[in-house]
Order: sequence, then structure tokens, then C-alpha cells
Amino acid sequence: MVDTLDMTGRKDPVEQALAGGRSLWDDAKRRLFNNKAAVISMWVLGVMIFLAAFGPFLWVHDYSQISAQTELAPTFDNWHLLGTDEQGRDLVARNLLGLRISLAVGMVATLVSLVIGVTWGAIAGYVGGRTDNLMMRFVDVLYAMPFIFFVILLLTVFGRNIILIFAAIGAVEWLTMSRIVRGQTLAIKGKEFIEAARAAGVSGPAIIRRHILPNVVGPVAVYVTLTIPVVIMAESFLSFLGLGVNEPLTSLGVLISNGAKEMQDKPWLLMAPAILMAVTLLCLNFIGDGLRDALDPKER
Amino acid sequence: MSALQRSLSRIPWAYVIRRLLFAIPTLLVIIAVAFFMMRLAPGGPFDGERKLNAATEAAIAAKFGMDQPLWKQFVDYVLGVLQGDFGPSMKTLGKSVNDLIADGLPVSLAIGSLAMLVALIVGTGLGIFAGLRQNTTGDYTVMGFAMAGISIPTFVTGPLLILAFALGAGWFAVGGLGEYPNIGMTFNNMTLPVLTLALPQIAIISRLMRASTIETMRSPHVRTARAKGLPERTVIMRHVLPSAILPLVSYAGPAMARVMTGSLVIERIFGLPGMGSYFVDGAINRDYTLVMGALIIYATLIVLFNLIADILYALLDPKVKYD
Repeated sequence: MVDTLDMTGRKDPVEQALAGGRSLWDDAKRRLFNNKAAVISMWVLGVMIFLAAFGPFLWVHDYSQISAQTELAPTFDNWHLLGTDEQGRDLVARNLLGLRISLAVGMVATLVSLVIGVTWGAIAGYVGGRTDNLMMRFVDVLYAMPFIFFVILLLTVFGRNIILIFAAIGAVEWLTMSRIVRGQTLAIKGKEFIEAARAAGVSGPAIIRRHILPNVVGPVAVYVTLTIPVVIMAESFLSFLGLGVNEPLTSLGVLISNGAKEMQDKPWLLMAPAILMAVTLLCLNFIGDGLRDALDPKER
Repeated sequence: MSALQRSLSRIPWAYVIRRLLFAIPTLLVIIAVAFFMMRLAPGGPFDGERKLNAATEAAIAAKFGMDQPLWKQFVDYVLGVLQGDFGPSMKTLGKSVNDLIADGLPVSLAIGSLAMLVALIVGTGLGIFAGLRQNTTGDYTVMGFAMAGISIPTFVTGPLLILAFALGAGWFAVGGLGEYPNIGMTFNNMTLPVLTLALPQIAIISRLMRASTIETMRSPHVRTARAKGLPERTVIMRHVLPSAILPLVSYAGPAMARVMTGSLVIERIFGLPGMGSYFVDGAINRDYTLVMGALIIYATLIVLFNLIADILYALLDPKVKYD
């Protein structure tokens, strides 16, 4: 059977629809939606993202509103459903804000690592030779560095700053991404459709953009999903050490850190952010695992 | 030739030496970046609430060699480090960084290596258990716990464990090392920190082991072993285990690095006077020399562990190429 391939190396969608065949992506989608843990996680995460995005606007209390009712236990009185903190601020509002900041840090820092890692890896893999060698040795050297220690140094030297946290974490996480993309690029580079594109006179950057990147989407998507929880954890880790976002802003890590100090007398200060954190990370990991199994089913 | 001699002869010495030589510039870069970053930053360790008079300031600067040009300070510092001298602490009066590291390092190493040991034993066991029972209830249970172990950070599990087993059940100490007169690391003090630090590693290792067990079970040499009519027990112990354990060896290096980072948090939660607490306090107080000293020790340990893991891997896997 002869497949008609268009310039991008994909099957012609019309042809494929007529033949009634299933693409790799259809199969992957079906496997992903058959994975109960992943589907439930997607729903839960969707709700969490909605709460993080709109919750702070919708909730009756403001996250920075100080009141005289300090360290209240959870009560229906005045809608302090999770109680208040040591400055009398409503904890539902603060947890929603914490969730928002943690998710935002996770996504933005992952995006930073995605852009740097994909560009670096694709160029190294596509150009090859000495350039590839040099670029990947650079990655090797950075790999050997104890990065979290450098991030801590950076934060103490330049002051705590949420942009710096985004950038620092993103700059650390791109290394693995670049290795994955390079490996994929090397594998694809030798295929006939790339050769055809080159013969047709397509320029190097255009080949990378149009023909190579679409083909590395799978492994990159899996890695991105699994990087977000790692980043959220790293931010909370810094927050826990007292190096996170500044007051009156907060993140789940800050809330957990504050709660842990008084867990004996007021365990509710710790429970809410701890549960939110655990559920968020669980969902992201389940989705990432589900995606990986869907795209690369050999372990099932 | 004895077994030991045979193993030694299999160590790729040229590779080891090349890796050691590679480690030196890596460490130098780490020292240089950290040194210049801290010195160029606005604000110094002696910026207090009160403004010091110029003479006092100059005297302090002279004591720590900070009146010298920057490059000279750097060269002096590196020469000192090469002789094992990390200089005086800038914030803890009368103590050298060497003293502080000598206090803290044993505590951190003890927690870290115990946690690693626990993680390796429990993680490997659970992973093989789950791998041999792929897609059964036992497998799902173990993997569910592993997922929780990966997703729940240590600064959540730590306080929860304290809440349950120290404050609640009263089985273990809430934190700190032993109290006078039995100062030291006792079972009572160490159990919870070691367990908290080990949990995420148990989770990661068991997932790794499960995947690699499943893969090995399907490989031709296992099929051959079965076809020979070997009992299942022998097949697993002699043929599955040795090759299934290989990916674990290459994870050992990164795992040690993660355990060391994790111990920054563990030491804070449990109030343990280890290297991690010195590093974090040093960074917050801008104790340049202490932070540098701790950073260099951490970096050296991580480079060293990666090297050991790689050599071990080369020893165990005859197929590996060294470059």
C-alpha cells in the first residue's frame, strides 16, 4: 500500500479519513481517556484552575484584609470557613491566592524551561557535529551543579522577587528538556521527509519549525506535564525555607510553612494548604503518567 | 585472581581519571560563580541597623581581607580552600567555617545515608513486588502509594508525621538531637527525619524498579531461563534481579543530590543542627564564607556521588561504553 504523504510527512487527512484509519494521536487520545485516574485528575485540576483564576474575585473576603478576629478556628460565622491567620486574614481567600500563585509559578517557569530547552535541543540536534557537542557539554556541566543551592544564593543576594523565582526555576529545569528534544531531533533528522524538505530548498530554521518540532510534541508534552509539579514543589520548597513570595502575597508553600509552626494547637492552618498542594501535585502527576502511557504504551 | 581483583581490573581507570579531571573545572566554576555573585551583590554581611564608623568598618574589612582587590580575594580564597581552609565565619564570632562544617556535616551525612539505605531496600522490594504482579490489586496499591510519595512534598509529610507519631502517639521525639546527658543521634530522634527524607525516594525507586522488572521479565534471556525449566524463584533471583537493578544504579547519583537538597528542609522541620541549616541561615544572614564553604562541600559531594554511581554502573553492566 502506498501512503500519500504531504510535505510535512503526515498522512493527508482527507485520504486518511476516507481510509477510516486511526492515527497515532487518535490511539493516544483513546488510551488517555480510558485511563480513569488521568480523566478524574483532569476534571479535578480543571476545577482547581477555575478556583485559582476566579476564586479570589468571587470569595466574600479579600486575601489581604486584616481583621481583629485572629487565628479563628474554621467557622460558618462571617464565612471564615477555614478560619483566619495570625493577622485575622481569611484563610479561604489566602488559600485560593496561594493556589493561584503556586499554579502560576508552575506554568510560567515550565514555559520558560520549555522555550529554552526546545530551542537549545532542536538546534543542537539539527546542526549536529561540533556545535552539538559543545552545546551538550555545556548542558552536562550545568547538570553537575547543585542548582537549588544557586537559586537560594540568587534569592538572598538579589532579594526575594517573584519574577526571579520564575526565571531561576525555569532556567534550571530546561536541561532535561533540551536533552529529550535533541534525542528526538537526531532520530527524526535522518528520515526521508526531512531530506525531501531540504532538497526542496527549505531553510534550516524553517525545517526545525515546520518539520522537526511537530514531531517532538509527544515526549515534550509528557515532560512538560511532569515538570509543572516539580516546579510547584521547588517554589514551595523555597517558600518553606523563608525565601518565597513576599507578603501580602502568599503561596501554598508559605501557608504550609506558617501552618507547620503551629500544627499542635491549630492543625487547620496546616491541613488546608497541605491537602490543596497534595491534590494538585497528584493530579498533575496522574495526567503526566497517563499521557506517557498513552503515547508510549510499552509499559502497560 | 580473586573476585576483588577481577572487579578492580574491570574499573576503566582512564575513564575515571578523565571524569576526575572534568570535575575540577566544574568545581572551580561553581566556586567562581558563587564567589563573585555574593561579592558583587548590594549589601554586605556587616550592614547592621546602626551605621558603623569608618575606622571600624575598615578594620572589619581588613580582618576578612575585604580591603584587597576582588581578584586577589578570590585567589586567596581558592588557595585557602585547596589547603582545606574555608576561612573564619563572618557571623558566628570566634568560629571558623571549618568548625561549623565539622559540626554540621556528620549530622547531615548520617540522616542522608540512612535515608538512602532505607529508600534502596524498601523501594527495591516494593518495585519488584509490584512489577511481578503487574496490573493486579497489589501492583495498584503499591503504585498508588508511590504516586502519593512523589506528589506530597517532604515539608507536608514531615509535619504530618510529627503530628501523628510524635505529638499524637508519642513514639518519637518531635525534633532535635538527643538531650543531655545522652547527646547524640538516637533512634528516637532519627526515625522521623530519616523516614520523611526517605519517602519520596522510596516512591521514585519503586516506580523505577517496577518498570525495569516488567521490561526484564519480557527479555529473551529470561525466556531462555524459563525454557530451561528453572524454577520461577531461581529465574527471578538469578536472571531478573541482576539486570532489573541496573537502572537503579544510574539513579543513585541524582538520588543522593536530591536527598541532600531534601535535608535542607528536613533539618529545618526537625530542628537538626546539620549542614543544611547552616547553609540556609548563612544565606539569609549573608555569611559569605559559611555559604561558600557549605556550597563547595555540597557540590563536591554531588560530583563525587555521580562519579561513584557511574563507575559502579560500568562495573555492573558489561555492555556500557565509557565516553
